[in-house]
Amino acid sequence: MANLKDLKTRIDSVKSTRKITKAMQMVAAAKLRRAQESAEAARPYALQMDVVLGNLAKGAANSPTAPRLLAGSGKDDVHLLIVATSERGLCGGFNSSIVKLARLKIAELLKAGKTVKIITVGKKGREQLKREFGDNMIKHVDMSEVKNVGYVNAQEIATDVLARFDAAEYDVATVFFSRFRTVMDQTPTALQLIPAVFNDAAEDATAPNYDYEPDEDAILADLLPRSVSTQIFTALLENGASEQGARMSAMDSATRNAGDMIDSLTIQYNRSRQAAITNELIEIISGAEAL
Amino acid sequence: MADTMTFDLVSPERKLASVEATSVNIPGMEGDLTAMPNHAAFLTTLRPGVVKVNNGSDVTEYVVTGGFAEISAEGTSVLAEQAMPLNEATAEVLGGVLSAAEATLETSAEDSKTAAAQRVNDVKTLMEQLGH
Repeated sequence: MANLKDLKTRIDSVKSTRKITKAMQMVAAAKLRRAQESAEAARPYALQMDVVLGNLAKGAANSPTAPRLLAGSGKDDVHLLIVATSERGLCGGFNSSIVKLARLKIAELLKAGKTVKIITVGKKGREQLKREFGDNMIKHVDMSEVKNVGYVNAQEIATDVLARFDAAEYDVATVFFSRFRTVMDQTPTALQLIPAVFNDAAEDATAPNYDYEPDEDAILADLLPRSVSTQIFTALLENGASEQGARMSAMDSATRNAGDMIDSLTIQYNRSRQAAITNELIEIISGAEAL
Repeated sequence: MADTMTFDLVSPERKLASVEATSVNIPGMEGDLTAMPNHAAFLTTLRPGVVKVNNGSDVTEYVVTGGFAEISAEGTSVLAEQAMPLNEATAEVLGGVLSAAEATLETSAEDSKTAAAQRVNDVKTLMEQLGH
């Protein structure tokens, strides 16, 4: 049996671990609220954008002059995957689940004989994908300096992604991120950016017939790149909220585990202490009897 | 006829305004326009400029750097790339927008050169207009 001193140190160390996880949980909770607020604030813009583009795209999709961002490059050979993860660990299965989804998709694409290119956003996803698909990675976006994700960050990524599309570096772009549902539930999601797809359900059947200025094609050409930035921005914000949510629940269970461990260690400590006392007593008594 | 319509001004990062308004002045890509209640459905892109919102007694002004506006009979929504109340649009902020526009002009492809130059001009006009 471990001696008393060892047990005591052990208990103290688990206690301080519990303090840390507890603090991290509180910090995550505070950050989560902020992340949720910014995700909430960005929603009206994204929604409106989607509706307007949905209406425009419906008309333009079949026309031969449709912008390439909408119609695609006519091929499906090279896929660009943007894998957005967090910069920090200790957030449960958050990063792994995004990477797992991306990995499945990559395997599927490679099996079908497609070329895969990967852009990673956030250190953690890069670390996990590097081993297997290091050769496919073309770029990494470091977000560790960014405290609050702003639209500019999304725009930077979007500009790069669009430039690569113009340079015909790929045919299809998909972004991987985790959609925030509740604190306990974040769903890893794949969203196709280019060519743009629009949700049919978002279409408003009663939408009025708009007059356009400048003409429809010009507006569409102006809006599509913007929509890419908006979608990336939404993905980053959802990711931010999901990360904090995941960290909060991970730290919550870590705190609980530490508590359980302290309980069982304390019981063990008390038992050993008692055993030691009993032992001593027996020794004294048998010593006295022997006299 | 309704006297007011709803006006929403949203940027990707936040919702700046959601109010009732009697008329809204919008800097459209092909010229300024004023939207009033029961306007025909209309969609335009924006150039950098000032959006003026009149609620009958007060006029609130916002600076937008681009985006688009959607006007229907019931309301107007402006989806701005970047938007701020007029007093926050300092020379510094606009200078940043201007240099970004100029950088785009430098790097833009031949066929989008005109649009980029137009944008640089629009920002300059806006700065003059605001007295920066």
